[in-house]
Parts: sequence; C-alpha cells; structure tokens
Amino acid sequence: MIVRIMGEGQVKLDDAHFVELNKLDDELLDEMESGDEDGFRRTLSALLDAVRRLGAPLPDDSLEPSELILPAEDATLDEVRQMLSDDGLIPG
Amino acid sequence: MSGVMKRMGMIFRAKANKALDRAEDPRETLDYSYQKQLELLQKVRRGVADVATSRKRLELQLNQLQAQSSKLEDQGRKALSLGREDLAREALSRRAALQQQVTDLETQHQTLQGEEEKLTLAAQRLQAKVDAFRTKKETIKATYTAAQAQTRIGEAFSGISEEMGDVGMAIERAEDKTAQMQARAGAIDELLASGALDDPSGMAKDDIAAELDRLSGGTDVELELQRMKAELAGPGADKQAIEGGQASQGQQAPQAQPGQPRFDKQ
Repeated sequence: MIVRIMGEGQVKLDDAHFVELNKLDDELLDEMESGDEDGFRRTLSALLDAVRRLGAPLPDDSLEPSELILPAEDATLDEVRQMLSDDGLIPG
Repeated sequence: MSGVMKRMGMIFRAKANKALDRAEDPRETLDYSYQKQLELLQKVRRGVADVATSRKRLELQLNQLQAQSSKLEDQGRKALSLGREDLAREALSRRAALQQQVTDLETQHQTLQGEEEKLTLAAQRLQAKVDAFRTKKETIKATYTAAQAQTRIGEAFSGISEEMGDVGMAIERAEDKTAQMQARAGAIDELLASGALDDPSGMAKDDIAAELDRLSGGTDVELELQRMKAELAGPGADKQAIEGGQASQGQQAPQAQPGQPRFDKQ
C-alpha cells in the first residue's frame, strides 16, 4: 500500500506492517477525538517514525495515488481535525 | 481500519475525484500543475539568490574588519617603536575585540555558505524534478490524446459492428424464414400427398382421383353388365331384385374400394 506523509512524500509499505500501524493509527484517532494534544503529538510522531522506518520512499516524480494519508509531523490537533471535517483540505 | 490515515485518505480521494471531475480536461490540470511547480522553482531560486547576497555582504564586512584589524596592529607596532607602550596596549586590545567580531562573522559566513550550497542543490534537484514532471506530463497528455482517439475509433468500430450485427440478424431472419418456408413446403407436399389437404391447383389429387374414377368407372361397367344380363333374362319380376342388388352393390363398392388404395399407399 502507498502512504503519503503530507509535506514529505510517499512511502510504499508492505501490507504485513498494518497491524502495527493500525494500533497507532486508532490511538491517534482516539486522542484526536478526546482532544489529548500531548498524546496526539506523541502518537503522530511515533506513527510517522514507524511509517518511515517500515516503508520504502517512492521517488518524487512517480505518479501514484496514495491509499492512506498522514498529516505532517508538525500538524496540530486542530488542523487535523479540520482536515477530517468535510470542507477542509482541498476547497470544494 | 478506521483511523486517521484511512479517513484522511478517503477524504482526499473524494475531494481529488471531485476536483478531477470538475476539470474539463486532465491535460489542462497537468499544465496548471506544471505552472505551479515552475513558480515554486522560481521562489527557491530567488531564495538562493537572497542567501548569496547576504553571504557577499558578510564577506565585505569581514574584509573591512580585517583591514581595520591590521591597521590597529600597525598602529600598535608604531606606538611601541615610539616608546608609547600605553598606546600600543590600547591598539592591541581594540584589535582583540575586532578579532572576536571577525571570528563570529567567519562562523556566520561558513553557516551561510553551507546553507547556500544546500539550497543550490535543492534548487537543482527541484529543477530536475520539474523537468521530469514536464516529460511525464507530456507523455500523459499524449497518452490521453491517444486514448481519446482510441475511444473514438472504438466507438466508431462498435457502431459499425452494431450495424454488422443488424445485417447479420437480417440474414439470419431471412435464413430462418427460408428454412421455415422450405419446411412448410415439405409438410404441405406430404400433407397433399397423403390427401389430408386439398390442393387448390388440383395436381396432387390426380392419382387418387384417377384410381377412384377408374374404380367407380369399373363399377359402372359391372352395373351395366348386370343390367344387360337382367334385360336378356327377361323384363318385369326380376327388375326390382336386380335394382335392390344394384343398390346394395352401389353402397358397398365405394366403401371398400377407396379403402384399398389407401392401404397400398401407406
């Protein structure tokens, strides 16, 4: 599967890693929903590290749709929450 | 999976699809994207130029400071040769302060130079990427145009094949009809031959009719013969008996006689 880290690029990940990543990902969602900024920061960093560690970066000029997208390392809880609301991200 | 990754991916895809749907021509989108990349590259280049300008300004400052520093050194030496140790000490202490500034500036200069080198490299890499994108974009555009043409050709072909299909259907229908008619003709022949159907042309009936005619004709001959025999035997009393026999014979003959040829046929 191809995962994009916003502002960094795309990473190709073996599907076998998703058990590990899913745990962090669900944790991140919980922290986002409960508004736990510190936990959010910690988990996001851990998740991004895991993706970078387990995945192989894709060349920047390759045109592949990302199946999963992660916020940038410095994204705040509010920004991510806004992105997940219906009219964030790309306007329209 | 319902975490942040998945949800962001889904939202992105939905938005991207919407954006793509809105774009009338993907080639335009590609060109627009390329334009944006060029603008970005321009910005990076401007950044590199700004850093280079700062570095040059630092170099000028450094040169000035170093000139001042060597001037102070000369002044110290001169003061010492004139026996003014106090003046020489003053000059040297000022020079020491300047030297500190020079060292600081040199560190800054080095950092800036490193930054500039990195930025230059990044700009070069970005340039390469933009170039690669341009090539890719042109390829995609060409592919898209080709695909469009292919679709049109395909449509034309399928249109033709549809018509061909219609022609085929017509032929099939015609063949069906012919076969049906042949089958029907065969059936009619058989039916006519068996006598179950009347032939309006009257041709098929000939053999049966001829036989019937012949047979009934034979009966007439037989009847004639009997009548003649009766006339010869004597008129009057016998006539009724002969007529009765004639009647019974007349009834029997058509029943039995047409039955025989039918058995023969079957």
